[in-house]
Amino acid sequence: MAIGHFIEGIAGGRLSAEEYADNFSDLHPPLDHHEALVESDRCYFCYDAPCMNACPTSIDIPLFIRQIATGNPLGSAKTIFDQNILGGMCARVCPTETLCEEVCVREVAEGKPVQIGRLQRYATDVAMSEGKQFYKRAEPTGKTVAVVGAGPAGLAAAHRLARHGHDVTILEARPKAGGLNEYGIAAYKSVDDFAQAEVDYVTAIGGIDIQNGKALGRDFQLADLMRNYDAVFLGLGLGGVNALRAEGEDADGVTNAVEFIAELRQASDLSGLPVGRRVVVIGGGMTAIDAAVQSKLLGAEEVTICYRRGQEHMNASGFEQDLAAANGVTIRHWLQPRRVIAENGKVSAIELEYTAMDGDKLAGTGERLTLAADQVFKAIGQSFVPAHLDGSVASIELEGGRIKVDAEGRTSLAKVWAGGDCIFGGDDLTVSAVAQGRDAAESIHRALTSNGRA
Amino acid sequence: MADIRNTFVGIKSPNPFWLASAPPTDKAYNVERAFKAGWGGVVWKTLGEEGPPVVNVNGPRYGAIWGADRRLLGLNNIELITDRDLQTNLREMKQVKMNWPDRALIASIMVPCVEESWKAILPLVEETGADGIELNFGCPHGMSERGMGSAVGQVPEYIEMVVRWCKQYTRMPVITKLTPNITDIRKPARAAHAGGTDAVSLINTINSITGVDLDSFAPQPTIDGKGSHGGYCGPAVKPIAMNMVAEIARDPETHGLPISGIGGITTWRDAAEFMALGAGNVQVCTAAMTYGFKIVQEMIAGLENWMDEKGHASLSDIIGRATPNVTDWQYLNLNYVAKARIDQDACIKCGRCHIACEDTSHQAITSMVDGVRHFEVIEAECVGCNLCVNVCPVEGCITMEPLPAGAMDQRTGKPVSPIYANWTTHPNNPMAKVAAE
Repeated sequence: MAIGHFIEGIAGGRLSAEEYADNFSDLHPPLDHHEALVESDRCYFCYDAPCMNACPTSIDIPLFIRQIATGNPLGSAKTIFDQNILGGMCARVCPTETLCEEVCVREVAEGKPVQIGRLQRYATDVAMSEGKQFYKRAEPTGKTVAVVGAGPAGLAAAHRLARHGHDVTILEARPKAGGLNEYGIAAYKSVDDFAQAEVDYVTAIGGIDIQNGKALGRDFQLADLMRNYDAVFLGLGLGGVNALRAEGEDADGVTNAVEFIAELRQASDLSGLPVGRRVVVIGGGMTAIDAAVQSKLLGAEEVTICYRRGQEHMNASGFEQDLAAANGVTIRHWLQPRRVIAENGKVSAIELEYTAMDGDKLAGTGERLTLAADQVFKAIGQSFVPAHLDGSVASIELEGGRIKVDAEGRTSLAKVWAGGDCIFGGDDLTVSAVAQGRDAAESIHRALTSNGRA
Repeated sequence: MADIRNTFVGIKSPNPFWLASAPPTDKAYNVERAFKAGWGGVVWKTLGEEGPPVVNVNGPRYGAIWGADRRLLGLNNIELITDRDLQTNLREMKQVKMNWPDRALIASIMVPCVEESWKAILPLVEETGADGIELNFGCPHGMSERGMGSAVGQVPEYIEMVVRWCKQYTRMPVITKLTPNITDIRKPARAAHAGGTDAVSLINTINSITGVDLDSFAPQPTIDGKGSHGGYCGPAVKPIAMNMVAEIARDPETHGLPISGIGGITTWRDAAEFMALGAGNVQVCTAAMTYGFKIVQEMIAGLENWMDEKGHASLSDIIGRATPNVTDWQYLNLNYVAKARIDQDACIKCGRCHIACEDTSHQAITSMVDGVRHFEVIEAECVGCNLCVNVCPVEGCITMEPLPAGAMDQRTGKPVSPIYANWTTHPNNPMAKVAAE
């Protein structure tokens, strides 16, 4: 263990350059050609395959795997992209252990599913490295669509709309496109600037104009878009971070996990990225895991995730929890934050209270625990910020604090569709955002072309 | 412990596993290694006439097909008979036989189809102390273009003629090696028998092209852009070889003629199956060329363990035991009714049985029952074809269950008859023989 681990407070440069490089290398290195052949041979080519049904984008998994097995990786990639144009990123970040691979009959039979995610990456990597474009734009329709947000939902919608011949303008608040793919995923899941490579691959179809630094509610209003475009797709994501509701949480050293992750993803030199010696992460989802593991990989000596319910309630998958444990992160359950203790305005510890189920309600037991901490990450969920939608039009209908849409992604406003994390009823997965963006695009296309006919 | 010592046409070996005449037996160095590893005998790589030896190509001699993990399933070769000088081979054979008196050493021979050629070489071979000779009437490539190998094996009259010469000019046991590149294996076997052969060995390799290079459009193996058909062997040919062994074993004209079984034998189980069909011993090549000579240790131990488990004391207890059960289709019992049954606890719900049956067979397996993914045999549709068993990835999950006599066959609506009845007496058969009154 390098001496850098023991520097008090929030500090950078805890590790050697080699350690940083090693720690943030590819979590699942790509399969080589032979590995892909062997793995693809494990697929049984099931009838009405459970994996396919479990995939939110309904990729024909047995077919794409068979195409790998038969030496046709490009055909395989097309099978994937037909359903999911962001199949490359999904191959990296999908919690396959709770989707396709969970229901793989090999998982049922022997506890070892076909590595669908890695095979999908193999095929999409081949196509993307060759710059192979499978789709041509249809004849221009003369219709224009505004897409707000260049995240997975927005990109998927834009690609499908561009394919149908519509002209798409994407308005993105951040300096780069990609949304959570660029700013919100652990670095070791998306190495080599893959998110930007994928944006380039998706937009290479043409007809998609991405305008960065354009924030809804700040630089333009929804009403403007409705006036100037034939249709609008909202892929806004979640702009807010839930508060700890713990005393003193505005102390220096208490940070939103999503900001930490975004900063890490954008850092050109990881050694310049400071992290605490003792880090406490509050939360139980993927963001909590990503923040905790990356803190550890940046050289924090001690990282503890505190979650207010039990292990079985955690949103993070079993695989993610194991990943955290394997990286030396301690996960503690049945603890909720009560008070952030600061010295000279800086965090020095966090006081937590044990919890228990009181009937079907969670309640504090009164017993308290104090953990030393020089950095605390908040990862207890994000929330939709509807204020950005306020403008000169009738307000859009919400449900559960997010945008209400019908099965096709239509909002309560004519000409306005929505998808991704900002809509109600989703599961906050990249792959689901892609499906929603794609399906909303088909709905928009039908609306703009009288049922698909130009 | 089961006794696996083998006596084949009077030739003794400590086990029934011989190495076939092929590259692994081309010289003393290899054969010494084989005997050290435990092989019971070798058939030395085929000797040719005295004089300048044949030459081989200098490019690839082998082609192959593989499973997904590069498991070699079938091998093809265009190598010819030994390309070493006859005297060198004879000298080495003599030395090896002296070094290993308890092992079988057979000389494979291929010389032109003229009496003088055979008459000339046989005494030279006999002088080595070899236990017997094998007549190579099988090689399908190269030598056959010169009127030897399979060119002889494909003409029963030639086989009979050469076997007669050999029986006339040597006291050594004669094993006639047959080519599978014919339509009816019984014809060459009968001819060899008529010529007085002591045994037949089969199969030699099968004419084949293992692949085509789709960039150069050249068959594989490719020599300077061209390819030639080669001899196919390895696990892929085993079913073909076993049928041919059984055909000879059950042919009334050749029944009892010793057979040395060859063709894709890779494990003790393969060997046991050949012997059950009537082979007196077995010869192996591709498995050794794939994994090395050590595999014989698995074969010996596996065969012994199985025989012990089943109470078979010696090889004579197993040789030919399956032969009487090989019959013609017309004698199969048409009153036997079996139905597929799926063990729901073992089923992993891949659905392959369903789609195979639904798309290509008899629509006799469900995919959904009461809205739940569920695979179950519909007995009223099941003809008992066994396809579902063969495509199921879980061993033992789907079984064929015979219906007992008297049980209702839901497909035909008739009870299962206890009486054996075959096609020869079936009312639909225009040629049906009327049962004797």
